[in-house]
Amino acid sequence: MSIIKVENLVKRFSDITAVNDVSFEVEEGTIFGFLGPNGAGKTTTINILCTLLAPTSGKAFIAGHDCIKESAEVRKAIGIVFQDTTLDKDLTARENLIFHAYLYNVAKDKMQQRVDDVLRFVDLYSRKDDLVKKFSGGMKRRLEVARGMIHWPRVLFLDEPTLGLDPQSRTNLWEFIAELPEKNKVTIFMTTHYMEEAEVCDRIAIIDNGKIIAMGTPEELKKAVGGDVIYIKTTDNASAKNEIERLFKFNVSEKENEIYMTCGMGDTCIPEIINTIGEKVISVRLQRPTLNDVFLKLTGKTIREETSSGNDIKDFVRAYRKRH
Amino acid sequence: MEFNAIYVIVAREFKKFIRERSRLFSAIARPLLWLFIVGAGLSRLVPSDTGVSYTQFIFPGILGMTILFSSIFSSISIIWDKEFGFMKEILVAPVSRLSIVVGKALSGTIVSTIQAAIILALFPILGFNLSIVQIIAVILICAFTSFSISAFGIVLATFYESYESFSVIMNFIVMPMFFLSGAMYPVKLLPEILQICAKINPLTYGIDAMKHVIFKFETGPMSPDIPLIIDAAVIILTSIIFVLIAGKAFERKG
Repeated sequence: MSIIKVENLVKRFSDITAVNDVSFEVEEGTIFGFLGPNGAGKTTTINILCTLLAPTSGKAFIAGHDCIKESAEVRKAIGIVFQDTTLDKDLTARENLIFHAYLYNVAKDKMQQRVDDVLRFVDLYSRKDDLVKKFSGGMKRRLEVARGMIHWPRVLFLDEPTLGLDPQSRTNLWEFIAELPEKNKVTIFMTTHYMEEAEVCDRIAIIDNGKIIAMGTPEELKKAVGGDVIYIKTTDNASAKNEIERLFKFNVSEKENEIYMTCGMGDTCIPEIINTIGEKVISVRLQRPTLNDVFLKLTGKTIREETSSGNDIKDFVRAYRKRH
Repeated sequence: MEFNAIYVIVAREFKKFIRERSRLFSAIARPLLWLFIVGAGLSRLVPSDTGVSYTQFIFPGILGMTILFSSIFSSISIIWDKEFGFMKEILVAPVSRLSIVVGKALSGTIVSTIQAAIILALFPILGFNLSIVQIIAVILICAFTSFSISAFGIVLATFYESYESFSVIMNFIVMPMFFLSGAMYPVKLLPEILQICAKINPLTYGIDAMKHVIFKFETGPMSPDIPLIIDAAVIILTSIIFVLIAGKAFERKG
């Protein structure tokens, strides 16, 4: 069953179209990732789904309720972790959660227990009486996730949940988020511009300039890039290139003293190639596609850049090198 | 209206008020300065023809000032909430905008009335002899006036997005409201144009109502300017009007 349903959503601000005819559905109990560079329209879409913004046209439903006409019902069904912290820093962790529980009309006899439960769940129970201003960035995010869960929402929105966190906190948070649907019977709708983080998603929509340009599981999307890339350094690149092109019909290119080619199954291709040009090979490496490559392939730019540069391939290779 | 939501919005404000002792201290210090320094200085210039010294005359006005500053300050905290994001947490909750506004206005009311009551407790030092009925009446007037001014503050806060606007509000709205409220000089002695300004100022009616209750005379230059029944009607009416406007403004601007 689809818990989120979006049909032909459009949001125009005076001179720009932030969301341009977007449609998708999200299955209950899954993690759905909304990926794209800054300014692609992710937060605008979330704000419409969260009833904070009215769309120019189109429809959106959460748990069967119309986001425009039944905003009260929708609000009860969702929890949100915004991009920027929305905690009251002058209250304690527990007070922030109690505030939320009252706003969402959690029954008084269950309130204390529920607040303690979510605090334990995010591992902040021991800090419950500390003022939020003493918390680190990662702790604040975890507290916000806890807060978003208090009223047993059916959908939890996470807008760039790892923005501004150090790598260790990011990893911890993702492990934690990946467990949420099963442990809490909740659907996750998240946005991020860190492609590698989207690997935890069951399904992904890639959005650029307000339009969804690809949708599918991470595996499906990666397959669409065309498979693995093999990089080979040889004593004679030119003749190796000729030989591989002749024998394997691959399209071989050369860059910075390496030849590289795309093939479906890199791990079985490598032995075959070595068997033919083995004596010339100095080094071989295999590059599996990442969601970053998917984005690059679809838009011709890396996700962290606002506009595409003329040196895409150079950046592409450099990005690969940096990561390995 | 969601009473749970109203309750918790008030509880949050109250908790923060108790926690920030410096805020209470400075809120009490300002009226004391006016009362005992400005009042003492000016009382040498002003003849006390109705048996009331100038310091005594400004006592209701200083209570009004306490209410004005702390109510506006409490409402302006909405701008802080917007700036630091906490407002989003409130706006995305299944709570009507009217409940949020009423909660915020009640927060301002409680905090302001407590501060005004602390200043009111100084009445024996100023040579007043107030009965328990008078004290209760003054506190009630303070509460209703605070609600009206807080609701007005919320309307202001919906127009501003960042706290840089705070000094604009202070200099161009709060200070003129104080000076044109009959707090420091009777409205009836003002030039005509300023009298009109004073009459559209809701604080004028709150201070005037307190003059009715605290002073025992109804004539002379220092007497109240407006009939008590009109004072009461204006305070209650403006409370309702400002809350409704603020609710609408919240719905529109979010």
